Amino acid sequence: MSSSLASEILQLTLEHLTLVLISMSIAIAAAVPAGILIARRAASRPWLLGFANVMQTIPSLALFGFLIPVPLIGGIGKRTAIVALVLYALLPIMRNTLVGILGVDAAVRESAVAMGMTARQLLWRVEMPLAARTILAGIRVATVTTIGTATIAAAIGGGGLGVFIFRGIASVDTAQILAGAVPAALIALAADGALGWVERRWTN
Amino acid sequence: MPDAVAGRYLAIRREPVDRVSAVVEFRAASYRIGPREILKGLTLSIEAGETLVLLGRSGSGKTTALKMVNGLLYPSAGEVLVDGAPTTAWDPVRLRRHIGYVIQEIGLFPHYTVAQNVAVVPRLESWDAERIRARVDALLRQVGLDPEQFAARYPAQLSGGQRQRVGVARALAADPSVLLFDEPFGAVDPVTRLDLQKQFLALRQDLGKTSIFVTHDVREALMLATRIALLCDGALELLATPRQFLDARGDEAQAFLECLAWKADRQ
Repeated sequence: MSSSLASEILQLTLEHLTLVLISMSIAIAAAVPAGILIARRAASRPWLLGFANVMQTIPSLALFGFLIPVPLIGGIGKRTAIVALVLYALLPIMRNTLVGILGVDAAVRESAVAMGMTARQLLWRVEMPLAARTILAGIRVATVTTIGTATIAAAIGGGGLGVFIFRGIASVDTAQILAGAVPAALIALAADGALGWVERRWTN
Repeated sequence: MPDAVAGRYLAIRREPVDRVSAVVEFRAASYRIGPREILKGLTLSIEAGETLVLLGRSGSGKTTALKMVNGLLYPSAGEVLVDGAPTTAWDPVRLRRHIGYVIQEIGLFPHYTVAQNVAVVPRLESWDAERIRARVDALLRQVGLDPEQFAARYPAQLSGGQRQRVGVARALAADPSVLLFDEPFGAVDPVTRLDLQKQFLALRQDLGKTSIFVTHDVREALMLATRIALLCDGALELLATPRQFLDARGDEAQAFLECLAWKADRQ
């Protein structure tokens, strides 16, 4: 392996990781509160879940493409790629937050209210700690998916390991495709393992 | 009702603590969900130090009545007074911290240790750490659990009876003036239940708390109550001391007493 290829792999891997980290931070910051909201207000549930669901059903390559002409968030480059990745990651996190909170035993919730907890205390002292494991499982699924989907960012100039893959496809060069796919797969495995470890720690 | 049976159930009962004034008062309190009237104009007052047992079948409205005391439910007509003020005039959070609540063992917080469970209300009330620790120790001892052995355990590591004791300790933590029990001993085996019932009586002797206790178990009612309020289809059917209850003639009271008589005939 030439040293220029090695340094390109390193550079694109870092770019890829940056895309994933920024997208996941935004997705978590949006989807967890949204999940709490739909757990509290059933009326908002079909709207927010429906939106996240539709985002998830759009084929990922098409979603990136659709965003190009959109003003402010669209165009060519990293920003558009991050928007698409965020939209893609919302559903598993939001849904698991909802399921985690609704899964808290009714008797536990009732006794918390009867002890004189306010709505906020009920959420932070009882519901969120008990839902944490489920929410974390949603974040784990979303992270692993995002690491894979982020390879498509290269199609709209977002950079990352997808650059190798698209270049390899265009020039029918398997080595180039592997140079993108293998590091992406390794990152996904590492993230899955690390978040799985956190998840287990949380419950013990 | 044969006297032998009456004697057996009454023997274990202690006499009521001195009665002073109404701590909780239902004034024509009704509760309605849509067309269904779950509680029909209940009028009843619970005096300081007494244990009023709400006895009835499933769906008789007894749990609904109980939940009106700490504002988990509010009457759709009439009112419920706690310490002289209608529950609607109370800040719900203040009202609930002023009243202890014990439900079946499943109500413990699974992610908290025994000590943390007992400390919930003191922590909400921002007591300092040392006072909380001392209070938790004292309460665990009072309900018959050694703090050294149990304080750091999680509910999942306890037996049903031990969990129930923790539930009682938790309800007592901030020294509430009224305690509510919603079929607390329903899920434990009969031998453990008798232990818990005896302990309830001992605690009442020591603390003299006003209690409202919901059950469908007539034996439990006779053993623990200073007065029994029999509910049937959302209405108060009978209000009687345990001794009067044993002589009651009404159909619903007879139906409950039959549960005892059948058992007695077999022995």
